[in-house]
Amino acid sequence: MWAYAARRCVIGVVLLLTLTLVTFMLFFAAPVNQARLACGKICNEQQIAVTEKALGYDKPFYAQWGSFVRGVVEGRKYPLDPELRAAAPEIVTDCTAPCLGYSQFNAKTVNELLTEAAPVTISLAVLAVVIWLFFGVLLGIMSAITKGSIIDRGIVGLTLIAFAFPTFFIAVFFLKYVVVKWGLLAYPAYTPIAEGGVGAWFGNLFLPSFTLALVFLASYVRITRAFVLESLSEDYIRTARAKGLKGRTVLFKHGLRAALTPLVTMTGLDFAGLLGGAIITERVFAYPGLGSLTVDASNAWDLPTIIGVVLVAGAFVILMNIIVDIAYAFIDPRVRLG
Amino acid sequence: MTVPSSDLDSHQIDPTATPETVAGEVASKSPTQLALSRLRKDKLTMISAVVVLLFMVAAIAAPFLVKFGVLDPYGTNTDLLDEFSYPIGKFGGMSGNHWLGLEPGIGRDALSRLWYGTTFSLFIAISATMIAMVLGVVLGIVSGAAGGWVDMVIGRIIDLTLAFPQTLMLLALSTVGLAFIRETVGIESQNSSAAIYVIVVLGIFGWTGIARIVRGQVLSIREREFVEAAKMMGASRRRIYFREILPNLWAPILVTFTLMMPAFVSAEAALSFLGIGIGEPTPTLGNVLTLSLSYADTEFLYFFFPALLIAIIVVSFNLLGDGVRDALDPKAQR
Repeated sequence: MWAYAARRCVIGVVLLLTLTLVTFMLFFAAPVNQARLACGKICNEQQIAVTEKALGYDKPFYAQWGSFVRGVVEGRKYPLDPELRAAAPEIVTDCTAPCLGYSQFNAKTVNELLTEAAPVTISLAVLAVVIWLFFGVLLGIMSAITKGSIIDRGIVGLTLIAFAFPTFFIAVFFLKYVVVKWGLLAYPAYTPIAEGGVGAWFGNLFLPSFTLALVFLASYVRITRAFVLESLSEDYIRTARAKGLKGRTVLFKHGLRAALTPLVTMTGLDFAGLLGGAIITERVFAYPGLGSLTVDASNAWDLPTIIGVVLVAGAFVILMNIIVDIAYAFIDPRVRLG
Repeated sequence: MTVPSSDLDSHQIDPTATPETVAGEVASKSPTQLALSRLRKDKLTMISAVVVLLFMVAAIAAPFLVKFGVLDPYGTNTDLLDEFSYPIGKFGGMSGNHWLGLEPGIGRDALSRLWYGTTFSLFIAISATMIAMVLGVVLGIVSGAAGGWVDMVIGRIIDLTLAFPQTLMLLALSTVGLAFIRETVGIESQNSSAAIYVIVVLGIFGWTGIARIVRGQVLSIREREFVEAAKMMGASRRRIYFREILPNLWAPILVTFTLMMPAFVSAEAALSFLGIGIGEPTPTLGNVLTLSLSYADTEFLYFFFPALLIAIIVVSFNLLGDGVRDALDPKAQR
């Protein structure tokens, strides 16, 4: 098992390296002057040349990628060119390992940007997962035990409708109607736990997380419903009933068990996807998370930030995949890792 | 091909039956016929099939209706707007001439923009689905049938594609991608290049799911006798892949197609919201909805209709896809 995990991690690292290499390739093949964009509109030729040297844009893309990877391991010092550093030691920015780059646009290291934005996205994603898992499983079970009834159809139908409407429509509807027009909820503005405590954090986070959860709810209801239904016709359920177990015990301990494996897979992958930034939701609610960071970065052609987010988001996906596969072995004793 | 057990039973129960009557009663149905008969009994799926068909017909008809002046998605009606550029009259200016009212601002006909927008949205979704399907099916077949290192490499490419944060890449690459399409491919028009960018990138990121499904199917199909026979007869690899194996895959392909389409309609809308894709004056469901967001609190219906239309497309295609899958799956019970 440890050997399996280690092998998967090695493959994961190779994948991440390829991921960043491909990203570098895509962006540096672009017919744009990176340094000019990084420098800004009012730069003259000389300033652009300095920027080019400072950020290492004068080197070919594979050399830049190599220096990026070395920076992740060893850390880097900006400006990258030693002569420029020696000429103006007061402007040197130290980017300690794992250094993901320096964003000229924000005048900060990418690590700083990511550490500022990540808590917002993580809060949003965690709460959304909790909401959709709780309601998804609950509604799925309700749907399964009332199969074919009006309750069942109502649950499946309503969650499908919630899934079908575009997220940004639902988000704007909540904001403009539920919050502003009807005044049912306070306007959500992200507050870290450190500032306003758990209450304020949760209160402000609820609406965006709920919006996000609505997108995923339908598929969780359907998966839970399908697997519970399937397991309810199995012999071991009849055995459990026959030996006098309570209906609730049978349902939650034996019936739900079958749905656990697909639920773990889906949750892991959806959660990992969200950690890369819930772009639309963050955008509508103006939350300063990874999604907003990305949108701003790509509008401003802030390459180091884009590459940083790609790396982090990709790492989440790969890591979650490994965790899910290992979790199988614990959930389902029939699964052998090899 | 499995023979339904009931057919076998009827042979045994009625030994007196002549071959003709047996054939008449049992009327040995092909799996396709069985699936179709199951489909016909499924009311919900039939309704969604009709809705999907209506959307298709409407989408194809729209350009002609625009040409003959029945729909007018571009003409402005400033005389029907008040001094604040909002439509005069109730329900966003609904009238006999403008069934769904007018767009605030410059007063274009809302129905025309939605209808014509559906055409563009469905066109983008279908084209992107085609690209994803062709890529996914070809790579899936090759991966499954060839095995070995080819399979390994394709598997790793799938992992890599899945690890890319999709929306992020679409956003971040748009400047590069659009410049490439404009300068290297030579398509100058802003909206054509934007449409091509969205279609190609959605397709490139969307093929992994069907590739995995197809690969799984091929792994079992390639062991079957008819593939063996084709190999014996010296059929070329291409013939085996696309003449022998491919025809057995139409069921998962069909199902994935109907499920991928609505996902891409939603994706087009989401990308429009982020400022990527076809823009003014050409309507798509995404950019009509995005424009309507600014009027969300004052013109509710104008804000609601595009979202409702997207929702109807998503629901009907999804129900159809599910229904087809259930009908094709002999184990399916409802």
